[in-house]
Amino acid sequence: MKRAIERHLNILEFTLASLLRRKAKNFSLLAMYLMVVFMLASLQFFVTALKREAAIILDDAPDMVVQRLTAGRQDLVPTGHAAEIARIRGVTAVRPRLWGYYYDALNGANYTVMAGDDTSAKTESASIGSGVAKARNLAVGDLLPLIGYDKAPVMVEIGTIFPSGSDLIAADLIIISPANFQRLFNLPGGQATDLAVTVRNPKELATVAAKIAELFPGSRPILKSEIQRTYQSVFDWRGGMTLMILASALLSFIIFAWDKATGLSAEERKEIGILKSIGWETSDVLLLKFWEGIVISLTAFLLGTILAYGHVFFLSAPLFVQALKGWSVIYPRFQLVPVVDAYQLAVLFFLTVVPYTTATIIPCWRAATTDPDAAMRY
Amino acid sequence: MIELSNLTKSFNSGQPNQFTAVDNVTLAINPQQITVLKGPSGSGKTSLLSMIGCMARPTSGRIFLRGVAAALPFRQDGADAVEITSLPERFLNEIRRSTFGFIFQQFNLVKGISVLENVMLPAYPTGEGRAEFRARAVSLLEQFSIARLASQRVELLSGGELQRVAIARALINNPSIIIADEPTAHLDSKLSHEFMEIVGRLKGEGKSVLIASHDPIVFDSPLIDTLVEMRDGAIVASRSCR
Amino acid sequence: MRRSLQFLLFTATVLAVFLLLPLHARHEQRHSGGELRQLRNLHVTDLCLATEARYTRHPAMADRHAPFQEHPLALEHFPSGSLILPTRLNRDKP
Repeated sequence: MKRAIERHLNILEFTLASLLRRKAKNFSLLAMYLMVVFMLASLQFFVTALKREAAIILDDAPDMVVQRLTAGRQDLVPTGHAAEIARIRGVTAVRPRLWGYYYDALNGANYTVMAGDDTSAKTESASIGSGVAKARNLAVGDLLPLIGYDKAPVMVEIGTIFPSGSDLIAADLIIISPANFQRLFNLPGGQATDLAVTVRNPKELATVAAKIAELFPGSRPILKSEIQRTYQSVFDWRGGMTLMILASALLSFIIFAWDKATGLSAEERKEIGILKSIGWETSDVLLLKFWEGIVISLTAFLLGTILAYGHVFFLSAPLFVQALKGWSVIYPRFQLVPVVDAYQLAVLFFLTVVPYTTATIIPCWRAATTDPDAAMRY
Repeated sequence: MIELSNLTKSFNSGQPNQFTAVDNVTLAINPQQITVLKGPSGSGKTSLLSMIGCMARPTSGRIFLRGVAAALPFRQDGADAVEITSLPERFLNEIRRSTFGFIFQQFNLVKGISVLENVMLPAYPTGEGRAEFRARAVSLLEQFSIARLASQRVELLSGGELQRVAIARALINNPSIIIADEPTAHLDSKLSHEFMEIVGRLKGEGKSVLIASHDPIVFDSPLIDTLVEMRDGAIVASRSCR
Repeated sequence: MRRSLQFLLFTATVLAVFLLLPLHARHEQRHSGGELRQLRNLHVTDLCLATEARYTRHPAMADRHAPFQEHPLALEHFPSGSLILPTRLNRDKP
């Protein structure tokens, strides 16, 4: 046992010495490798954490949202429909919602305006997301003029600013009273943007949706499961993000090719011959190469993952901001709650460490099995 | 004591370009002596050495090693000699590591790592503690008065220094037999004489030395005990020089 | 210390940090979510990820032609537009 450990330590010792011989090459290899793992792991942490947030948020979403389509376009729903839908068996509550978009010509941002159902608050009071507050430099108590349909400003007073921890749902929200909402957008009375329907038994959702579609032929019921599916496909491993993974995979392939092309040179082959001739066995040489692969790939994997964790969860993924921000003026600060998915990390491990180590060992196999006396014949 | 009986080594056997490097050699090599294989290049010296050194297997014939049984994890029944041609690979390696030290014509040192590491290299896979063989390596370097070069890279060394490093490396696992293949081919006369001096010292320490060479400085040296002349894979003369 | 032990020590340290990640994550999860929970009664249906267009801001609420209502080239709201597609209803399909 002790001898086996000593053998590993000794061979590892030589591995490190021989890696340090080509410092520039091996450190740049390690750096590139680390970057690939870092990008993949960052992406993975980012997506997994977003998925978790989405799941939590969508948990509170209404069971079903009923829209009305006119000529293929979303149109206002008469609130009268709510009472009829409420009569369908299994429906516990129907709540008309008022919401829309407000384009801020001052800074080019799009806000989401919702009518709050909090009747106790003052009519002029508004709650805004931290993204809006930042974009317009607002504080509690400030007045925010919103330009109405007729260019007449609707003044609202900032009552609450949602904390930045809720950015993921509220960064661009402006919540105003229903009366203000109607004034701002010149909405006729008795109309709603859509209806939020609550159903007692989730199994009946599809049946209820079919009944609503039958009752109001122009309606478009959207189930919670469909919303969840939309987000699944947005965040899914196989979803749009595959793009970036493919790019990373390409990068790792380039590293691999570069390393292997410069890999088993005549000199290295000669070196293996020397080792064999002075008494190293084939298994010793392969162990040397195994350690060589492990030293680079395990270090890159562990460091890359840890750096990615810090990047995503402590620094809010600054490297992804530029890629994901797009044209957005308001961009939520991703203060994500950390999630570690052991399965995905295991996949990452098997995608990075294992192939690299194998690729280090395989080309040496032939060289390592040559007769030890080959070295005598140079 | 090494006994070779009817040793033959052929390459490409059965093909038109078949070539017999060693042809039916029977020879006894005495322990704690210097034996020199003399002959022109292509006479089978290197092939013979690599078979004795457990690096290659003969096509036919047998090799008996006496007095090395202690190095083996097992004993062959009823004999103090080990017949090495029939041993499995891992035992051959074991014997090779513990019994033989090799000095090559080109020295075969690994570039880019230090002299000390080069000397310790054969001990790495043995599983011996690093502190122990490191101490041995340092004392070997001192013995050959190259201790000051311990941390130097080998490519910065002169020919004579390289040779001493190669000898020190051959001795790191404390072998009882030293095998040297054309050790003086790349050395000038002064260094060649120096080499023979060192070989004499090794013999004095109780090592058996086996040298293949066609350099007169080696085979005319007064230090050698037995001279074996080879030609075309066969022994043409063998005489004791004592 | 020998280089091999240094390396193993380094790897062990990094591995320990690596193994602490899930623990840290679990700890953070237990002490978070308060701010989001306050907004529960808003019953939002979408995440505020990409605010540049309504079909990216509310992909679940937009229909398939919503992008083109914005602008004939509206799918060019890169990159969100290429990643986020509006909900596709599957109830009509077998």
